[in-house]
Amino acid sequence: MTVRSSVLALLRQGPRYGARIKADFEQATGGAWTLNVGQVYTTLGRLERDGLVAGETRAPAPDRGARTTRGTVSPASPDRPDSGDVTVTYRLTEQGAAEADGWWTTPVDRETPARDELVIKLALAISTPGVDPYAVITTQRTATMRHLRELTRRKLALDPTTPGGTAPSTSADRLVLEHQLFTVEAELRWLDHVEAVLSHAPRERKHDEHPDT
Amino acid sequence: MSTPTPEVVLRLTDVHRVHGSGETAVRALDGVSLDLCAGELVAVMGPSGSGKSTLLNLAGALDLPTSGTVEIEGVSTTSLRPADLAALRRRKVGVVFQDLNLIPSLTAAENIALPLELDGQRVSETRRQALAALDELGLKLLADRYPDQMSGGQQQRVAIARALVGERRLVLADEPTGALDSVTGEGVLTVLRQRCDAGAAGLLVTHEARFAGWADRVVYLRDGRVVDSTEPAGMPRSARSAS
Repeated sequence: MTVRSSVLALLRQGPRYGARIKADFEQATGGAWTLNVGQVYTTLGRLERDGLVAGETRAPAPDRGARTTRGTVSPASPDRPDSGDVTVTYRLTEQGAAEADGWWTTPVDRETPARDELVIKLALAISTPGVDPYAVITTQRTATMRHLRELTRRKLALDPTTPGGTAPSTSADRLVLEHQLFTVEAELRWLDHVEAVLSHAPRERKHDEHPDT
Repeated sequence: MSTPTPEVVLRLTDVHRVHGSGETAVRALDGVSLDLCAGELVAVMGPSGSGKSTLLNLAGALDLPTSGTVEIEGVSTTSLRPADLAALRRRKVGVVFQDLNLIPSLTAAENIALPLELDGQRVSETRRQALAALDELGLKLLADRYPDQMSGGQQQRVAIARALVGERRLVLADEPTGALDSVTGEGVLTVLRQRCDAGAAGLLVTHEARFAGWADRVVYLRDGRVVDSTEPAGMPRSARSAS
């Protein structure tokens, strides 16, 4: 879904061929997520099938043989790979443009919770005899806090006002890193909250390590 | 970030602080030990009532331990008479609170110069030091502004400059970003981090993990005890959670 919408959004800026879509996507997201070319072409193939994009094949240059960059959706080509260039440029159809515009006005779906190992682990820790949930929380908090410090260091390295920092403050790298920072902070706050709730809960089971007050 | 041979600026050794006595006694701190070196920023986190404020008050010599020792630049706070304790606070320790740090009727430069003047230094000299402190933080243009002519973030940065003016090297910051939006808060943390990188020792109490992330080490308090502490920067890291 994300790849599909991203591809549409990039094509909304103008026609592009597959490798360019991959490069533009990675640049816009600060290199935090890579997209393999096969994935791009699979997506383009589906979008073409659904009538949202249209591919336009450019003839190979006469002195070079044909080489498809269309990847998996390219029909078996009579031309051998590496023997030339057939570049397929994709553009949005009217319907595709409407869908691309609609993405910006539609909120991202948060209704379906992602399966999170930590949530599952803590839920099981609380209900499993012999497991100390406080120890699980403490171990996780230390690790998450370290990760947060590492992210902070990376962010400071991007800040042009700190020595060695380079990128402008609105760069994609920074945007992505700050999202991670806020997410990690939320996890720490949640861990604190779970710990507080546990310590106020009636004693359903023994927590020998944890003092009562 | 830390100097090769770190110099301990603040040392807490098995510190206990009990408020009240008998059945109503409250153990605010229960055997806390902590070293804070020059060049180091340590964050203290923990739920309400975990002992963070008590820790800060003891570190700033505003309160004395029931047992154990608190040493500021090698001097134990329990060894001093009240007048000497006040002088130690004035000369060695700077405190930054969440708000209301600056005296409204004094300019930024005058606010910073105040602790030096109270210590008997010449006014021209205190002004020179105050301007130098502002200049180091890129705040020279604020020198003659009154607090109500500055934004909240500017006031906090001036407060940090004041906390570290003269020979003071220990800054205790109690939720210095509490009343600020996240971007302004970062500006304050940047200044605090810079001062620590330049050799100050900072103890930062915060409930915002994002800001604790700027510290070299994070200490968690619960029920007056240190329950968790991330390792000092520069030491080998154990496995880190990646996702």
